Amino acid sequence: MQKRVVFRHKWLPYALVAPQIAITLIFFIWPAYQALETSFFLEDVFGFNRTFVWLENFTRLFNDPGYLRSFWTTLIFGLSVTFMSMSMALALAVAANRVIHGKTGYRTFLIWPYAVAPALAGVLWFFMMNPSLGIVAYMLEGTFGVDWNHYVNGNQALLMVIVAAAWKQISYNFLFFLAGLQSIPKSLIEAAAIDGASPARRFWSIVFPLLSPTTFFLLVVNLVYAFFDTFAIIHATTSGGPADATSILVYKVYSTGFVGQDYGSSAAQSVILMGLVVAMTFVQFRFIERKVQY
Amino acid sequence: MKTYLFASAAAIGLTAFAAHAADKTEIEFWHAMGGQLGERTDAFATTFNGLQDSCTVNSVYQGNYTETMTAAIAAFRAGEQPNIVQVFEVGTATMMSAEGAIYPVHQLMEDQGMDFDESSYIPAVISYYSDTKGNMLSLPFNSSTPVMWVNKTLFADNGVEIPTTWEETVEAARALKAAGVASPLGFGWQSWSMIENYSAWHDVEIGTMENGFAGTGTELTINNPAVVAHLDRVQDMVEEGLFVYGGRRGDSRPQFVNGEAAMWINSSAYFGGFQNDIKDFEFTQVPLPLDKSVRSEPQNSIIGGATLWALQGHEDAEYACAAQFLDFLSGTEQQAEWAQATGYVPITNAAADMMEANGFFSDNPGTDVAIKQLSLNEPTSNSRGLRFGNFVQIRDIINEELEAVWAGDKSAQEAMDAAVERGNELLRRFEATNS
Repeated sequence: MQKRVVFRHKWLPYALVAPQIAITLIFFIWPAYQALETSFFLEDVFGFNRTFVWLENFTRLFNDPGYLRSFWTTLIFGLSVTFMSMSMALALAVAANRVIHGKTGYRTFLIWPYAVAPALAGVLWFFMMNPSLGIVAYMLEGTFGVDWNHYVNGNQALLMVIVAAAWKQISYNFLFFLAGLQSIPKSLIEAAAIDGASPARRFWSIVFPLLSPTTFFLLVVNLVYAFFDTFAIIHATTSGGPADATSILVYKVYSTGFVGQDYGSSAAQSVILMGLVVAMTFVQFRFIERKVQY
Repeated sequence: MKTYLFASAAAIGLTAFAAHAADKTEIEFWHAMGGQLGERTDAFATTFNGLQDSCTVNSVYQGNYTETMTAAIAAFRAGEQPNIVQVFEVGTATMMSAEGAIYPVHQLMEDQGMDFDESSYIPAVISYYSDTKGNMLSLPFNSSTPVMWVNKTLFADNGVEIPTTWEETVEAARALKAAGVASPLGFGWQSWSMIENYSAWHDVEIGTMENGFAGTGTELTINNPAVVAHLDRVQDMVEEGLFVYGGRRGDSRPQFVNGEAAMWINSSAYFGGFQNDIKDFEFTQVPLPLDKSVRSEPQNSIIGGATLWALQGHEDAEYACAAQFLDFLSGTEQQAEWAQATGYVPITNAAADMMEANGFFSDNPGTDVAIKQLSLNEPTSNSRGLRFGNFVQIRDIINEELEAVWAGDKSAQEAMDAAVERGNELLRRFEATNS
């Protein structure tokens, strides 16, 4: 006989989930709803007048070549940051996994950059790369003859924010990759080694596929990071310039809303971003996750 | 709420003030002055708090101009606004049109029975900040104007004359470049220094309807031949290596401090900082260069800087305190002290006279350039300033378009046409929300 456990109180299960629901409603659903609502209005900054303008905020955005360019910038930026930070982190994790002496020391140092606040990271890069003051800019010019001026050259500016944003995320990825590597059974690798597989072969045929759950998780996290969390770095280094070379979507939300105080358009942009996250997450789980071997 | 405030504000007198004196009123003053300027601003509040014991002013730094204004607006929407907030000149149109949010300073002073003589300010300040009825809605605090900062040592060592026209500027830059100066010309706040002030200095219109003073239906006209020709000239200087773009706002400051640039066009308010930071060469300020093909004599330059706005929604005792504090800040001694320490111009005639009398201008040659530029002529409708809504955002558009010119991606004409088109769209949006 199976013993059935039944909640006698009808209200108890609701009471138990209530806090979670309340938090979701207050901190997620309500702001999202507010953004959605604001995106249909044209409003003065102090909030005295608001006019319902249907979809004007959206049509304006999609008729603005600058906004459409920003999609491309965001895509290039997001993919480069993700690729760069994940590949570097993986390389470092594989290397650190082999270290025998001073393991903890290496790992601690590699994790440090994660503790630097994004705005501070931005300022650090700002100083290192400043064409007049920066040590890196000075070395680039002296050693490689590169005329570094990210205030004028949009490609250099984009490269700089990509490197800065990727650098910031390497530590985080490193931690996960290292943990992932350590959970791979040694016996598998040893067996392959006995069969005569080269270290490269062992990595690509055994380690990399077994790491795929970690890699997939990091892919999702890194893309979201690159798309939404890199605002502070861009704000501190380039302010979206020169011209609009580094103005990614999330930076545009800020500059329209906070600098321009155009709340309607800013809200419309956040709504578009929300849609983008939903689409991105859907694609990732629907198509990429299938290739993951758990 | 609003009617209550006005009625009671009008009724309040010394009696009401005294009644509140016992429980010491506190007011919030939000400003955007960082670093050395911030210390001086906070010091004003401290001095004021020490001078009387009826109220306390809390002086709080809220970030740069944009951040401070945004913070105040957000706070207002949440009902937590400060009593006084410092707003930069390009935010003036936005503040002026927010009638329910601001407490006009002339009104506040009148309601509190304080003296507020608008004519004591210098004309360039009055014309920039007065509304159409000639009233000042906010209290001018820090005003500067762009000047040309010159590295005297570099000029003297290389036997180059300090230029007064743009033609001479290009010549001087060539001579200095030949002598090994990395990037002879530099400038900051480019929309302000290279377009807005260039236009005013040459009496060229920036936008229709008297640069926006006559109404929100204004349109930008900065794609005119004079401005375009000027930007073409600067672009030519980029190609010759005579000018290297160093970023927005004051980001190019290191160029001048390091001696990479021998001429740097930016606010006169860099004086205090330069005095601290520049030890290995002599510097001075000279008037902005003139383009003789546009105008034979300069008109006048326009101000930048900020004013202090009183916000609605506070108690009478707090307004009494705010009025006293504003009165203190506009005092001649405070204004002269502030101008001498920072390089901002003395904004009242009395403060300028005091600085003259105590020999500041003769002891520091070049420090009178800014005030002379501002009061060179009676401002015309082209040179009294500008009043465009959404101008903070429009300046960023101008920044973007100018950067495309400096990078060689767009011609000056294309860039200014685009700036006008994009800017006008924002002006229409402002018109739609504020009419």
